[in-house]
Amino acid sequence: MKFWSQTAAVLMKDLLTEYRTRDVLTSMLLFGLLVILMFNFAFEPDSEEITKFGPGLLWMTFIFAGLLGMNRSFAGEKENDALEGLMLAPVKWSSIYLGKMLANLLFLLLAEAIILCLFSLLFNYGIWPRIGWMAAITFLGTLGFASVGTLLAAVSANTRMSEVMLPVLLVPLVLPVILGAVLATAANFAQPPEERVMFFWMQVLAAYDIIFVTLPLMTFDYVLEK
Amino acid sequence: MMDDAAVVVENAEKWFGLNPALANVSLRVQPGEFVVLLGRNGAGKSTLLRVLARLVRPNRGRVRICGLDVARDPERGRERIGLVAHQTFLYPGLTARENLRLHARLHGLEGAGERVAAALTDAGLDLSADRPVRGFSRGMQQRLAIARATLHGPELVLLDEPFTGLDLEAAELLSGRLRQWAAAGRTVVMATHSLEEGLEGVTRWVLLDRGRIAAEWTGDSRAARSRYRQFLKEAPPGSEGRRH
Repeated sequence: MKFWSQTAAVLMKDLLTEYRTRDVLTSMLLFGLLVILMFNFAFEPDSEEITKFGPGLLWMTFIFAGLLGMNRSFAGEKENDALEGLMLAPVKWSSIYLGKMLANLLFLLLAEAIILCLFSLLFNYGIWPRIGWMAAITFLGTLGFASVGTLLAAVSANTRMSEVMLPVLLVPLVLPVILGAVLATAANFAQPPEERVMFFWMQVLAAYDIIFVTLPLMTFDYVLEK
Repeated sequence: MMDDAAVVVENAEKWFGLNPALANVSLRVQPGEFVVLLGRNGAGKSTLLRVLARLVRPNRGRVRICGLDVARDPERGRERIGLVAHQTFLYPGLTARENLRLHARLHGLEGAGERVAAALTDAGLDLSADRPVRGFSRGMQQRLAIARATLHGPELVLLDEPFTGLDLEAAELLSGRLRQWAAAGRTVVMATHSLEEGLEGVTRWVLLDRGRIAAEWTGDSRAARSRYRQFLKEAPPGSEGRRH
């Protein structure tokens, strides 16, 4: 019970800080918008290429916009050594991880929802008939990305070039997420939808999520301890 | 075996890479003692405080806080500790009240609203309670940091160079707090360079040099000052400038 209340305290702190500053969401959305606009110049809407490459472009935008958000996630904790303030409280440090991971997950999902709408609008990409499955795929992919990303953001926050270090560490580890999410999205939007393929990749994403939400909970103490 | 000491450090060693920050340090502080750690930059004062607060795990040795082995039960150990450092541990985007509320929630304090309001009044910050900390002066931030560190009523207060960068008002408030804590019998361990401020009521002086306890003595601050100056003159500053 105490663990969940402390997790909620960390989550609410991050939500309140973001509500005040809008640092994370603004940077993710601006980047996402720029990428979608650039792709819009490069590919014709309704074209065959966009049907073929759409899922990949979408997830690349999600992942790179998400990297910006992840980098910001521990930047606020470094100011005034605020993270040490959390660590000094009588909490399991894994509750700090979980609170921050849930905040990152919410920010990512919100940014992705907006980016997805823009993508559909600018490329005339018909997401609406299969939006429920798309939401499920996005949730599974984003959960895996947020869980590993939060752990590695904490690791890289104390390195000299954290903005570079995070993508270098994170992208190889989330390759299964990128692969699974792109293939599940492609299967979802195929004409006709390839549900068997989609479910297979969704199961892969779910398995990845179970492993990579559990592992950081067990290892976060070692990440923070000096 | 039960041990009623507030702090017990036995043969603690801490290495950062190849640099020994603490070398075989043993220290025992009784409840109600006010102990001041002296030493040059890099002597190991901050590392020792961080080992006590369990922010840093020693490579060797044992640490007990108020009878608890902090390696086995770090959460219960941290319940009994309040740390005031040069860094304030505050979130600049949150207001003073929100910072204290967060701390109260993490500690699971009963009646958090009233305790937070009382702490803000006590720190002279009730008029600025709902302003983001980002706009606070250094002195106001440090007053809030002290309120934050003591909100949960810790048995042991650790202070790491708490007077650095304080304005006169904040320094006086901190000196007053130190006198109060000493009079109330709260255990205080403070690391400092400055032998000018807030040292009434000190019961023991511990001099650290290159990660080792070089000397310990009792006596008033004037005697301590002259002894420390003598040490600085005589001992070569071999570890000057090394920071962790």
